[in-house]
Amino acid sequence: MTITYREALREALREALTEDERVFLMGEDVGAYGGCFGVSLGLLEEFGPERIRDTPLSESAFVGAGIGAALGGMRPIVEIMTVNFSLLALDQIINNAATLRHMSGGQLGVPLVIRMTTGAGRQLAAQHSHSLEGWYAHIPGLRIIAPATIEDARGMLWTALEDPDPVLLFEHGSLYNVPGELAADAAAVDIDRAAIRRAGGDVTLVGYGGTLRTALTAADELAADGVEAEVVDLRTLRPLDEDTVLDSVRRTHRLVIVDEGWRTGSLSAEIAARAAEAALYELDAPIERVCTAEVPIPYAKQLEDAALPQAADVVAAARRAVG
Amino acid sequence: MTTKHREDLLRQMIRIRRFEERCVELYSSTKIRGFMHLYIGEEAVAAGVLGALGPSDAVVSTYREHGHALARGISMEAVLAEMYGRTNGCSRGRGGSMHLFDAGRRFYGGNAIVGGGLPLAVGLALASAMRGEPVVTACLFGDGAVAEGEFHECLNLAALWRLPVLFCCENNLYAMGTALARAQAETDLALRASSYGMPSWPVDGMDPLAVAAATERAVESIRGGSGPCFLELRTYRFRAHSMYDAERYRDRAEVERWKDRDPIPRLAALMREDGELTDAELETIESEVGDELTAAIAAAEAGPFEPVSDLTRFVYAEHAS
Repeated sequence: MTITYREALREALREALTEDERVFLMGEDVGAYGGCFGVSLGLLEEFGPERIRDTPLSESAFVGAGIGAALGGMRPIVEIMTVNFSLLALDQIINNAATLRHMSGGQLGVPLVIRMTTGAGRQLAAQHSHSLEGWYAHIPGLRIIAPATIEDARGMLWTALEDPDPVLLFEHGSLYNVPGELAADAAAVDIDRAAIRRAGGDVTLVGYGGTLRTALTAADELAADGVEAEVVDLRTLRPLDEDTVLDSVRRTHRLVIVDEGWRTGSLSAEIAARAAEAALYELDAPIERVCTAEVPIPYAKQLEDAALPQAADVVAAARRAVG
Repeated sequence: MTTKHREDLLRQMIRIRRFEERCVELYSSTKIRGFMHLYIGEEAVAAGVLGALGPSDAVVSTYREHGHALARGISMEAVLAEMYGRTNGCSRGRGGSMHLFDAGRRFYGGNAIVGGGLPLAVGLALASAMRGEPVVTACLFGDGAVAEGEFHECLNLAALWRLPVLFCCENNLYAMGTALARAQAETDLALRASSYGMPSWPVDGMDPLAVAAATERAVESIRGGSGPCFLELRTYRFRAHSMYDAERYRDRAEVERWKDRDPIPRLAALMREDGELTDAELETIESEVGDELTAAIAAAEAGPFEPVSDLTRFVYAEHAS
């Protein structure tokens, strides 16, 4: 069946709410409004206000309440409108969710899922467009996942809910309307491994979330010129599935990383460092990175486009690598 | 209030006082390291509040929580071993003085971010409400937390959703070295809380009987389903903020004035007056507490250290493989 990314997420929520009475959804405008991006539309009518909870604009309180409810035996799903707003809850996420298990010597666990939108491309300017998931991937105690496909949008939530530790799920804003095919029996997917979305022997392109499409588009263009790119979708940003990336690099000997975060101190930097540490002598060309320009995301379309990683930039980087 | 109840309060306060007095010595002899925040002077709050809770109730606390932990029933050994950094500590030596935990006693720490525990308490209360359990979550925090955004977010949310939270503000008049009036435009904290539409009242936090009575009244109201309550427990710490505090911000005379209201001799005197306590009985309490403390120190010092090879345990759940 054909379904959008948004609908796939909604189906995942519906399944979780149906299958596990401990699950509830909480966040700003998730109920009566139907979700800021329409993901939870109709769920209030189906599951009622106890389990689809509209909250005040109090990110720290409702994220922390999600942590507390998880400690208290529930399986909360907290929605934060965008990653930019999650900064108002950073204390709760990092000082509580990520640390309670360790600080308590293993007595406590926080089985919480926090969903949020990330990324640019919709002319929403600097306070709605940043990609800060790489920051979160810095933090021990968290698991960071970024579904890029319809199948993962449908299947990652359940797996995340089964995780005994806090999971942050990043939904790229440009993906909600993207349609795709989903098997009728689609179910939970693993969140441990990266996936090879396109096989190729000439160069490895690494992307995730919103940049997977950029990498795949670039791979098509490269193929027209006879360059076969292998495209790796990271899927999970922490812990990184280093093996899948490095195995690909050992086959192609060239690495291009596409990251919508800023280059400095980014996830792309982490992947490049690991490739250099573990596979330097496999590389036939310097590692290439295609990242967002070091600027708060601007409003005007031509400026925003210029700030973001584009398929043409990836093609150019891959051609430099291939030589 | 029965004689037994009063004696329990007195004994609890003495346990906390003697425990912390010994902690000062152990800190000075470098057996305890890190930050250590003493509760001396505020014992009536821990004894009165924690004593009014049941075993299935939940507690969220702060970094000045030795007294809360002991009054919740965590053993002196487990608290002290934690401060020694040993595996028989109540957080296996991962937390130290500021991060005492006991999942079985529903004691959720030990939070060193001022105001950071309030959202957890709201969530614990939300969980018990959604599960239909008649449980109260007591959330202890200081007057400093009232300046944090989380205080206002959480009082609003708890009141909005009528959650079973008992907010216990230990107003000791100083946020570290900043006097209340230097940080708050309105220093009547119970009045501030009442603006969120919950029953709020000030309590003499130097009087364990008043604290116990106020807590019982609040807990009864909360268990009855009428939503959160707020207690402003007006108290005072006799010692410095932490072991590194030169106390430049307050007069010795002020401290001495508050010491005149020391809750331990105050309750002991009252009980003597009422014929509920003899010198011999008080001596027995002191002696029993002394024995408990001696045994706790021995057990803490004998506790094993976590091997360094286990450094990265407890970051994530340990899956059976």
